[in-house]
Amino acid sequence: MASMFKGEFAIELTDLKKSFDQGKDFVLKGLDLKIPRGSLTAIIGFSGTGKSVMLKHILGLYKPTSGRVEILGKDLSTLDENDLTKFRCNYGVLFQSAALFDDMTVIENVCFPLDEHRRHLKKEQVIQIAYDKLNMVGLDPKHFEKLPSQISGGMQKRTGLARALALDPEILIYDEPTTGLDPILTEMVDNLIVETHKLNQGTTSVMVSHDLAAAFRIADFIVMLDAGKVLLSGTAQDFFKSDIELVKRFVDKGMKH
Amino acid sequence: MSADWILKTANGMDQFFGSITNKIKNFILLIGDMTLFGYGSLKLLFAQPYRYGEILKHMEFIGNQSIGIIALTSVFTGLALSFQVYLGFKLVNAVNLVGPTVALGITRELGPVLTGLIVSARAGGAMAARLGTMRVNEQMDALDVMGVNTKQYLIAPRIIAALLCMPLLTALFDFMAMVGCWFLCIKIIGLDQAIFFEKISQTVEVYHINEGLFKGLIFGLLFSVVCTYKGFHTTGGAKGVGEATNRGVVISMVSIIIIDYFLMNLIRIYYLIAGIGGGF
Repeated sequence: MASMFKGEFAIELTDLKKSFDQGKDFVLKGLDLKIPRGSLTAIIGFSGTGKSVMLKHILGLYKPTSGRVEILGKDLSTLDENDLTKFRCNYGVLFQSAALFDDMTVIENVCFPLDEHRRHLKKEQVIQIAYDKLNMVGLDPKHFEKLPSQISGGMQKRTGLARALALDPEILIYDEPTTGLDPILTEMVDNLIVETHKLNQGTTSVMVSHDLAAAFRIADFIVMLDAGKVLLSGTAQDFFKSDIELVKRFVDKGMKH
Repeated sequence: MSADWILKTANGMDQFFGSITNKIKNFILLIGDMTLFGYGSLKLLFAQPYRYGEILKHMEFIGNQSIGIIALTSVFTGLALSFQVYLGFKLVNAVNLVGPTVALGITRELGPVLTGLIVSARAGGAMAARLGTMRVNEQMDALDVMGVNTKQYLIAPRIIAALLCMPLLTALFDFMAMVGCWFLCIKIIGLDQAIFFEKISQTVEVYHINEGLFKGLIFGLLFSVVCTYKGFHTTGGAKGVGEATNRGVVISMVSIIIIDYFLMNLIRIYYLIAGIGGGF
């Protein structure tokens, strides 16, 4: 789907601050970040540095204590709850657990966002799109009528990705997609992310991960968070050349694993 | 008495009353939060897209799948209650009043209360567990980011389904309990069938039955709001789901029994004001 948004950055966070206890302690402490449109960006950092909180701000699930969240040129604070709900159709999210609806089959899971937001489409058209998306992520059609509990973790990830792609989103978010997976499955998911990004030109992909090796291997823009702020952003080369002690430690440890 | 002792006692009392005040405050806040949650969800029922299919699906679960358990428990409630009433009334030679006494007790009190308790344990517990699991497995987050209003999609249809099913299940309970009563009085004890039915029709009025159905409606609203609220706000993984389910069911069951008493008095007051049945 051709993007309506023509700006340089798909996601812009400006001086973003978030506190959950009336300003006593801040999880995000004035975070500034610009994610280029059409890029495959990896957000990395140690646990507890604010990656998930930042992600929830991007998705409009959290309201910032102060600062601005601009997605596809739209300031999220200007949207009311209804508009925000509609605006979220611009996102596709692959959750860590795939988050498939366990009472629906694989094909029903992929049809669900289409049934919700493409009500003008006929049932056959919806099913055809769902088939196309499932084929795109490489899932064997013999699994389409199975429940999520009847397929493997890797197949669940593929289904989750097909569902995330169903509405041809402008922004595709991967929330720790390989955490807890074995090395073979991790590589499969990494390759899937790269392939999906190539096949969906113009889509901005954001991957939150602590798998540094994967981030260096597949992302073309990397952002490292520390203590609620951006410590460094740039290409893999910028990270290898960095003199920042914490970045060096993170790179050393990450590349050893 | 030393000054130190007085100070310690004063501090202890302060802490004691402070903790009670906090508990009362938290309880009032919880009631307020639940009310807003239920109201906010029901309001969304009238916003597009309409979720009739979801309502029917939950009605099937809450209503249709409860029919067996309600029928079974109500027949035995009718049998047991009738026998106890018979034993008491036999002492004062009033066995012909067993039917109407059981009928009044069932339609006005036991029918709605026991139906509420059974359905809240069966369907309410399942609601809290299902929603809790969806919350901890990120399925609710998935709905949110897919641009689906979770309260409209998950909560409102469940509350409406409970509201619609509970009066029907209460009516079923009333009927089946009276079948049990009839079986015991006529087939086992051998009372006169004509007198049995005549006494019931003389005593039980339509408003007695409506009173029970109305209570069923209120209990349906109560357990569905409490259980969906607990499930919706689940935190802490599998342990959290267990706790949410447990609290949802316990709060629903205790509230049904407590609210039944106040509801009974409110209905009496309404009868007095409206001049229905001499206030009884």
